Amino acid sequence: MNRYPLWKYVTVAIALVFGFIYTLPNFFGESPAVQVSSAKVTLKVDSTTQARVEDALRAAGIAHDGIQLDPVGVKARFKDTDTQLKAKDAIERAVNPDAADAQYVVALNLLSASPQWLTSLHALPMYLGLDLRGGVHFLLQVDMPGALTKRLDSIAADLRSLLRDKNIRHAGINRDGDRIVIKFRDAETRSAASRALGDNVADLALAEAGLGDDLRLIATLKPEAGKKIAEFAIKQNINTLHNRINELGVAEPVIQQQGADRIVVQLPGVQDTAKAKDILGRTATLEIRMVDDSPGALEAGLAGNPPFGTEVYTERGGSPLLVKKQVVLTGDRLTDAQPGFDGQTHEPAVHLTLDSAGARIFKDVTRDNVGKRMAILLIERGKGEVVTAPVIRTEIGGGRVQISGRMTTSEANDVALLLRAGSLAAPMDIVEERTIGPSLGAENIERGFKSTMWGFLAIAVFMIAYYQMVGLISVIALASNLLLLVALLSLLQATLTLPGIAAIALTLGMAIDANVLINERIREELRAGMPPQAALSEGYERAFGTILDSNITTLIAGLALLIFGSGPVRGFAVVHCLGILTSIFSAVVVSRAMINLVYGRQKKLTKIAIGTVWKDGITTVDGQK
Amino acid sequence: MEFFRIKKDIPFMRHALVFNVISLLTFLAAVFFLATKGLHLSVEFTGGTLIEVKYEQSADLEKIRGALGKNGFSDFSVQNFGSSQDVMIRLPLRDAQDSAKQGERVMAALAGEAPGAALQRVEYVGPQVGKELAENGAMALLVVIVGIMIYLASRFEWRFSVAAIIANLHDVIIILGFFAAFQWEFSLSVLAAVLAVLGYSVNESVVVFDRVRETFKKVRGLSTPEVLDHAITSTISRTIITHGSTQVMVLSMLIFGGETLYYFSLALTIGICFGIYSSVLVASPLVMWMGVSREQFIKAKKVAAEGVTDDGACV
Repeated sequence: MNRYPLWKYVTVAIALVFGFIYTLPNFFGESPAVQVSSAKVTLKVDSTTQARVEDALRAAGIAHDGIQLDPVGVKARFKDTDTQLKAKDAIERAVNPDAADAQYVVALNLLSASPQWLTSLHALPMYLGLDLRGGVHFLLQVDMPGALTKRLDSIAADLRSLLRDKNIRHAGINRDGDRIVIKFRDAETRSAASRALGDNVADLALAEAGLGDDLRLIATLKPEAGKKIAEFAIKQNINTLHNRINELGVAEPVIQQQGADRIVVQLPGVQDTAKAKDILGRTATLEIRMVDDSPGALEAGLAGNPPFGTEVYTERGGSPLLVKKQVVLTGDRLTDAQPGFDGQTHEPAVHLTLDSAGARIFKDVTRDNVGKRMAILLIERGKGEVVTAPVIRTEIGGGRVQISGRMTTSEANDVALLLRAGSLAAPMDIVEERTIGPSLGAENIERGFKSTMWGFLAIAVFMIAYYQMVGLISVIALASNLLLLVALLSLLQATLTLPGIAAIALTLGMAIDANVLINERIREELRAGMPPQAALSEGYERAFGTILDSNITTLIAGLALLIFGSGPVRGFAVVHCLGILTSIFSAVVVSRAMINLVYGRQKKLTKIAIGTVWKDGITTVDGQK
Repeated sequence: MEFFRIKKDIPFMRHALVFNVISLLTFLAAVFFLATKGLHLSVEFTGGTLIEVKYEQSADLEKIRGALGKNGFSDFSVQNFGSSQDVMIRLPLRDAQDSAKQGERVMAALAGEAPGAALQRVEYVGPQVGKELAENGAMALLVVIVGIMIYLASRFEWRFSVAAIIANLHDVIIILGFFAAFQWEFSLSVLAAVLAVLGYSVNESVVVFDRVRETFKKVRGLSTPEVLDHAITSTISRTIITHGSTQVMVLSMLIFGGETLYYFSLALTIGICFGIYSSVLVASPLVMWMGVSREQFIKAKKVAAEGVTDDGACV
């Protein structure tokens, strides 16, 4: 009765082999590596890049443990982190001779150190969470009303140019909250404008208002257009973050949308967290506006009542400036920004390239405003700063603009980076941040590992002392549970965090329950006088229902945590739920297979090594009478 | 080896009232602490900034406080944790604009006045996120309770489910009571521990109730308290060994797991200890007082014929 058909043994054996293979990479660990990937879409990383990396390392006399090329880029392994850092600098110099215009992203990375055949089976080490490897985690909240406002501002500018193209005279276009108000002097113009707008701008719902000579056309965004803008804003921001993070050189960044208006950014292994945060947190956008230089206006503005439609800004260098609120151009029209030097003064400068619409607007504006000043504003986190406010000398066509004035080289680099990396469609705020230093990460791994190991050993010693042979089998089942759980986590590449390790430990502590249930039941059947073979069989049969029960209640809690948990709780819940599944398998199937192998073949089994089975009055040792 | 050489059923039910009074007093104390002291919620729930730094030598907390004070921080708390080199700095939420930069500002302030600090960890949680985490936590607790109730109701008759839920919910309150009384930090991972232990200890009641049902069916002529005594006595060995094993694991986490896992394992420890007590010694008397009797199971047997599990395997 205690025999398994062959296929069951084979299933158990396959499961264990599978567990072993997929757990194996975790023992090899990861070796430090440098990863070179392309910073530009147009630039492909290929074997020539690989050759360049090899040459660079040879030239610098740095030994490597292998270089490989994969779709992500060229990866070179090194024996320790010191070599890795040296190699990074050497490669950086070789592939990006001009630091200001980086063609490649050179980043520190960790590569699985397991042999090739394991990697080709997709057997990779568990993916370590930030709390174990160190790094930064941000949760960014996208300011949707801000995105809508920004879009409306740019629509208002489009309307202005549209009406001018159609020669329709209006008396002012302004954004008022979430609508655009266009004023007209007579009804005919208004209906002409209404027709023109209706034909050309699909996103707007138009309504007429006002009487006499104060006629207005009120444009509001259609709801579906608003939704589209929100979706676009998130996508655009994610793209922008991608670009910015590429500039930072992070090997495996995670940038994902979470919910309707949030973005998660995880930068594993980033050491310079302040820099990362600075680059990410800077929601810099560019705006070009006209300066109001009319006499007395600035003085009024400084006194606290700027003329209508203007506001006071401070120019880099300190002097105040009165700038019109109307935006001529925004960073949306920008296609490229590069740091460089002014051709005449040799001052550091940023060269901007505008798209065709931007170039046309810029040309019109410069033509109409020769002799006036134009302010170039960098808006960062809601605060604007006038980078420079040059006087327009002539009409500027072709969409090439240069910003210079009172910038250092590194400032020019920063500004160019921020502008090139794209403007954010909507401002973002960091609503959650976790930064974990790399040393704390390593410490956390050790703590988690130690807890699990000592706990496991203590349980093993007790089980073997208390239940002897059957106890040993229980311990083997528990070990196979650990093996399968780690294999599953490695295979799924689920992120392992410290709470995840805690869940592994806790799952093992709880999983032993199943074996205790079985073993106690077997003892009880023996106590009741059942022959050993029958007691074994009965013990497993009767205990199974209870094992199922106990795991279902724990699973209910695990699932609730999985659904509602976030951050650390999620990491706990994933491992906890998977652990419950593997523990049912190992406690019931694996241990039964072992029992069957050990005892099932003996036809005349007289005793089971399950420790003392005590009966009232008579003590039987090892199930023997 | 055999720990439990019990000749006769232990008369647990004779002391049922005592067990319940003890449990009630603990419960009331827990409620009292929760009401008066409240939970010391971590930044995850309240929002704010938490910064961990490590010094090469023992950290001078006064200097750190001075440094922060001079740099315009207020309402902060500076504490050692783990060792005298490790310092934890907590800052309350301020206006959303600058909160995200607080970590850097603190490090800048420390560099000036108390140099040598290495940044180990920064955690910043904005007000909105904190609120959501708290709401989701409460939601998870609710779902676990409802889920377990549904499960027990389908598995047993109502007296058992009610008793098990009462016993286990009062465990949750007691764990929270401990956290309130000692002002231990209640974080997301503690919440996870509470929920895990809730699922875990309900199962204890299930095992005992399974045995109660079995005894009612198999053995005639026993009074209800005797049946309960028998059920508890015959499962006690499994109960102690199982929970002992789990506790060994938790203890190992408590000792080796460091600060992060400390309160997590503490919550588990309390949960496991009170879980055994309440699901065995509180739930069973409750069932008895709600009037469980043999007749209910004879009836149940007919239902069983239609496919409901009735032999409920047990230890």
